[in-house]
Formats: sequence, C-alpha cells, structure tokens
Amino acid sequence: MAGLDSIASLCGASIDAGTALALASLGLTCNERAGVINLGAEGMMLLGALAGFATTVHTGASLLGFAAGALAGATLAAVFGALAIWLDTNQYATGLAASLLGAGVAAFAGVPYTREALGERATPALGGLADVPVLGPALFRHHPLVYGVVLLAVALHYLLETRPGLIVRGIGESPETAHALGYPVRRIRFACVAAGGALCGLAGAYLSLVYTPLWVEGMTAGKGWIALALTTFATWRPLLVLLGAYSFGAVTMLQLHLQGEGVSVPSQLLSMLPYLATILVLVLISRGPALRRATLPASLGKPFNPGA
Amino acid sequence: MMTALHPILRLTRRLAGCLPWLLLASCSKEPAAGSAPQASAEALAPSTPLKVAFSYVGPVGDAGWTFAHDAGRKAVAAKFGSKISTSFVENVPESADAERVITDLASQGNRLIFGTTFGYMEPILKVAREFPEVRFEHATGYKTSANVRTYDSRTYEGAYLAGVVAGAMTTSKVLGVVASIPIPEVIRNIDSFTLGAQTQKPDVTTKVVWINRWFDPPKEGEAAQALINQGADVLMQNTDSSAVLQTAEKAGKLSFGWDSDMSHFGPNAHLASAVVNWAPYYEKAVGDVLAGTWSTGQTWWGVKERAIDLVSLSDKVPPAARAKVEEVKAGLRAGTYSIWKGPIVDQSGKTVLEPGTVATDAFLLAINFYVKGVEGSLPASK
Repeated sequence: MAGLDSIASLCGASIDAGTALALASLGLTCNERAGVINLGAEGMMLLGALAGFATTVHTGASLLGFAAGALAGATLAAVFGALAIWLDTNQYATGLAASLLGAGVAAFAGVPYTREALGERATPALGGLADVPVLGPALFRHHPLVYGVVLLAVALHYLLETRPGLIVRGIGESPETAHALGYPVRRIRFACVAAGGALCGLAGAYLSLVYTPLWVEGMTAGKGWIALALTTFATWRPLLVLLGAYSFGAVTMLQLHLQGEGVSVPSQLLSMLPYLATILVLVLISRGPALRRATLPASLGKPFNPGA
Repeated sequence: MMTALHPILRLTRRLAGCLPWLLLASCSKEPAAGSAPQASAEALAPSTPLKVAFSYVGPVGDAGWTFAHDAGRKAVAAKFGSKISTSFVENVPESADAERVITDLASQGNRLIFGTTFGYMEPILKVAREFPEVRFEHATGYKTSANVRTYDSRTYEGAYLAGVVAGAMTTSKVLGVVASIPIPEVIRNIDSFTLGAQTQKPDVTTKVVWINRWFDPPKEGEAAQALINQGADVLMQNTDSSAVLQTAEKAGKLSFGWDSDMSHFGPNAHLASAVVNWAPYYEKAVGDVLAGTWSTGQTWWGVKERAIDLVSLSDKVPPAARAKVEEVKAGLRAGTYSIWKGPIVDQSGKTVLEPGTVATDAFLLAINFYVKGVEGSLPASK
C-alpha cells in the first residue's frame, strides 16, 4: 500500500510539473502549425510569470494574475509577430531576440517583487473525489488550471480538424495556396502567434502563481526551451504534447523521488534525462521521414510575403 | 577629484596593456601611459574615501545568500559613512566572467574587494597577483595569499539549532533536506541538522535530495515536494531561495528560512530562520584596512561572534525546544557547548568521534560522510 501511495503522489507531482510545459508547448503548436517558429517562448514565459505575480500581489486576485500573464505573453508575441510576419525578419533570430528581451525586461521590472509573497491560497477541492485512495492524490488534487490544460489539448486536437483548423494548417503547409484562395495569411499567422504567446505567458503565470509561488529572475529555468523541443517531440499533435509534457514531468520528479527513497543513482545523470530524451526524439524524428512528413508543417520558419 | 581621476586610471590601465601596439601606432599616446604612477598615488591619498566593492554570485533580491551579503554591505556603509564608498556587481557567475569582473573592480580604484562565493577562489588569487595594492576577501574558500584572506560563517551551527526545533516538531520522525552541491559545507549542515534533531528524538531520520544547484526555485520546490511525498513533515534547505519554505506552506508542512529571515514567505510553515549575519565580519575587514592593520589569514565565525543565529521562532515551537535552543546558543557563546562532540557515529555505524572528543576545525572542514540517521548515500565524491 505504501508503494501504491508513493506512486500515486509521484503521478500527481508529475502532472503538476508537466502542466507548465504542456501549456507553453500547446501554444507553440498553434504557432508552428501556422508555419511560424517562435524561439521566444522562454522570454514570454518569464514575462508572463512576472506579470501574473505582480498583478496578483497588487490585486490579490489570481484570476486577474493569469489574465495579466497571458496578456504579457501575447504582447511580446505580438512584437515578435509584427517583426517576423509583417517585416519578414528571420524568424529564428527574431525569436531569440524576443526571448532575451523578455528575460531582460522581466528581470529588470521584477526586482521589487523578489521579496514578495502571495497570501493565502484556497486549496482546490473536488468534493469526495480528492479523498479516494490512490486515485485522489494522483488525479483529483490539482489546481483547476491543470484540468484546463487537458481540456485545451483535447479541444485543440479536434479544432485542428475543423474548417478554421484546416485553414491554419493549410497556411502552415502552403501559404501561397491559402493566399490564392483568398485567406489573409499574415493576419491569421499573427493571430496564431499572439494566441501562442498568450499560452506561453499563461504557462509562466502558472509557475509563479501555482507551481513555485514566488517570483525570481530566471525562474522558468529553461522550461521554454524544453517546450520548444517537446512540440517537435510530439510531432505537432496536441494530445501527444500533453502526454510528452507529463512524461517530462515524470522524469523530473522521478529522479528526485528516487533520491529521497535512498536509491543511489548519480543525480547529475538523472538531471540530464529530460534533455537526453529530447535529443533522442529529435534524432528519431529526423531519422524517420515518414513520421516527419505526416505532420511537419511544410512552410515552418519560412516568411510569406504576398507582394514579393 | 575622485570622479575626475577614474577615467584616467581606467584609461592608463587599458593603455598599459596595449603599450607595445600604441608605441608602434602612435607616439602621441605615450605620455598618458607614463602618467600612471602619479595618478595612482593621488588615488591612494588618505583624504579620499576607501572604495570597497562586492562581487555577488546571485541577484541581491534572492532573499537568501546574496541578500544576506548585501545586508552586510549596507551595514558597513552605514557604520563607516563618508570614510568609505561601497559598490557591488550581482549575478557574477563562477566562471571566466568572475575574473573579468573582479579585474574591473580592481581597475576602478577599489582597495578592498569581497568575493562572496566559493567558485571565485582561483579568479581572485589570479587577479590579486596583478593588483598587489588591493586587499581581497574571499568567502568560503580555503586558499590565501599575501593580499587574499578568507572568511566564512559556521552555518552548521544554524543548521543544528534548526535541527533542535525540527526534532521537537516532527510527528512522522522523517525530516527532509533539499541539498545543493555535495561539498563538505553542505554535508556538514545536513549532519548537524540531523544531530540537532536527535537531541529531541533520537530515532529521527533525514532524507536528502540533491539538486546540484545553489539557486533554481522550481527545482527546489520539486525536490521539497518529493520529500513531502515520502513522508517528511519538516523540511530544511541548503539552497538559496525561499521555494522550499513556500512548497511546505502549500502542502501544510513545516520548514525553515535559510541565510536570511524568510518568515513572511510562509506564515504557517515557517518554524524559524537560520540566518547568517555578515555585518560583524565586514565591519572588522573594513576597519582593518582603514587602520592599516589588515593582514592575511582565515576567519570562521559563528554564534559566538554573532555571525550565526536562529531567529523568528514560530509560536508553534514548544517551550522545551525553545529552552534547548537558548541553552545551545548560550553554550556556543560561552565556548562551553560543542555540537560536534563524540560519541558520533557515521551512517555505517563506524565511530568517527570517540566519546568526549571535540572535533577540530580541520575535521569539520573535511566532513564527507553522513552521520547515523541520514538516509541514502552521498553522491559519488571524486
């Protein structure tokens, strides 16, 4: 029974750990399905984390904090989008710049908030479900946003099959064709980038408001980059993104749990695992053209200029 | 006058470095380089304030290690007033950047420079050779030279005092420590925390999770969560942020502040904060330079010198544990209490300190074993 309980709490912790990755990665899936690669995820998460934290400190309302986090992420994404989509700047260089800009602005503006603490938070309760043995601690004791992410992934999965979803995918495959059919390619891409940025910002706010409830400079600790890798890892499929995020969360938590159990695995080796997994999957994808061709947006990273 | 001199000093340093090129390129720059000794002599005139600089490994807002050092800097600035001027550089990584930053600080006319992390040891020694007129103070290191001395605080005394409180408060008899990097200082803190707890409940055990970072709040929180999931009900950390305390707060468990007073981060979880007060040492170091009595050496201060304390004890802590904390503090101040006094047995049951033997500083500085009661094995130490 003790074994089951500890597996249950490990599952619960893995889901919590994977949620920020899932949010950011779902946002990036929106971007990349429309053909825009956004390397600014880390900066958008940091900006979202600070905006969410600061707003919650001042207003005491974490709902407003989440909204502010999403707005901050969307704002930085809009700057990125304006440059990369309308001015045809290199998407990779602009994304990197956005990442550094977001991290820098957040560090600078965040100085007064490093000593702040959030007040009392209501513990989410799902009635009697939370008290079910084993399943309760594993599945029913999470923040509402954790369940929101699951719904979002399912919704995106089906949305990609609807008419608007097909238009977005068409733009990611062949913007010229979509343009010829009369769709406003740049505006749709911009909307996808802004939505993706909002989800990255929300992921940041989840970190600073729920997961590690505090603000410090650089607190996302590379999660934005893992989310980028995860998007590719999941071959741009929302449900796989969710699964991948929870697996990464599980690897992170497993190494800490094993140590606590007294299992002597070199912790440095275990710290490498999420990154090793990412590289492994990237290799598998590039080795399997069939796998890649199935979902890789054909125009990913290529600017589209209808006038040119 | 000082401000007018700075650019000249800096310029002459730069020019001196590229003198051969300048001689080839343009003879007109030569007089500037030649005026360097004169400018230095004026900068050292006694009427100007002593320039004191600090190089920090983290942000001053980390609420832990660097925050505590910066509080020390503010204390000396307030104490010595116009006799000194202080400055700091934050977020200086333990890498080649450290050498560049410390060189810059020395070039800018600072005469006393504090480096506040272990990883600055080699950079400081290297820069110190180039600037023999500058005094360097290195925190937590062990190598000295004619113008480099080291200072440290006995953080394990704070860990032990926290351990006393933890031992009194735990009901699961399982404590958890989120540990940073497996060096003797951190291992000594884990051991001391456990020894402190065993004064209250001899059968307490401590679980340890290493994260291999000093400062990584999400990971500190995850490690804390892992320990809680495994039954730990009182947590301690040797990392630099308040994430462990806040994770305990969220989970309804108990925890401590480390390095600085963190009580406001977890009003329910916070039992006490083991704080480091660098001000007494910084005041001594600046005073030594001003008085011209600075000489190299090594300093290790603790509760006795008021460099270490356990503060902001929660109302939850029972009177007996409070009394024990006060007894230990008074004993340490008077020199009548020893934390590391035999019999002490390591994890494998081997006696490391015979009954009645008090550990020497050399013994304490080299600790690389867990005492009995700590679970798991140490990460491979090479």
